[in-house]
Amino acid sequence: MVLVFFAYFALASIAAGLLTVALKHPVHCGLALLALLVHVSGLFILLNAEFLWAVQVIVYAGAILVLYLFVLMLLNLKTDDRYFHSSYLYFLAPAAIGSLYVLALLVRSPFGGAKGDATTVAVLRNGDTYAVGIKMFSDYLLQFEIVGVFLLGAVIGAIVLAKTPKPVNGKRKA
Amino acid sequence: MVPLSAYVAVSAVLFITGLLGVLIRRNFIIVLMSVEIMLNAANINLVAFSHYLESMAGQLVALFIIAIAAGEAAIGLAIIIVVFRGKISTNVDEMNLLKW
Repeated sequence: MVLVFFAYFALASIAAGLLTVALKHPVHCGLALLALLVHVSGLFILLNAEFLWAVQVIVYAGAILVLYLFVLMLLNLKTDDRYFHSSYLYFLAPAAIGSLYVLALLVRSPFGGAKGDATTVAVLRNGDTYAVGIKMFSDYLLQFEIVGVFLLGAVIGAIVLAKTPKPVNGKRKA
Repeated sequence: MVPLSAYVAVSAVLFITGLLGVLIRRNFIIVLMSVEIMLNAANINLVAFSHYLESMAGQLVALFIIAIAAGEAAIGLAIIIVVFRGKISTNVDEMNLLKW
């Protein structure tokens, strides 16, 4: 049963990713990206990461994608005639060959490693959100603060960049 | 039981799709969307390893990546608005002011 869901989410997210790259109209690309994000969040559910599922749907699909669509609507882009790189076929063949090689390597790899302490049973006892919170505010507190400062800088930078500039040679302050 | 390499394979395919989009698309907004595809591929990888190696660290890093992606989208779209206001189109071939 899990295999069926995994196959659906994996194939749908790959198809949506390809559509995001290949579609012509930017709004259609945005909607394909929405499909990709929702299906990737389905993969998170299969991996017992319910908190990340919620964050993915709320932050990615709810906030970031709406920002993209908002800018697309604001700029009112016309679809270009030439929307691919002029020699994109030269990129396509190495990408296909490289991805097939990487896939062949990945399917054979065993991927062993040292196990941590967050077993599925231990995570499910109090829920995934509890486990993420405990870990974040104990071992990863410094990184959490750095991300907070980073987001503040990003907000200030976005406001400064997108502000209407003053006229350069207009009326100066008398 | 789905093997770990299946998740890693999905992640690799998505990452290469995003990389291809960054390389061949000419619209700056679509290029940023392709970067989001690549970040999502990295997130799948991190969460899959977090589940199979029974460690919480992968999910936390994935959470931080989502925050970084939000900041990157805000800054990138602000730059697009600035460029578009200067009557340059959003085609990346025509943004060559810093090229010499």
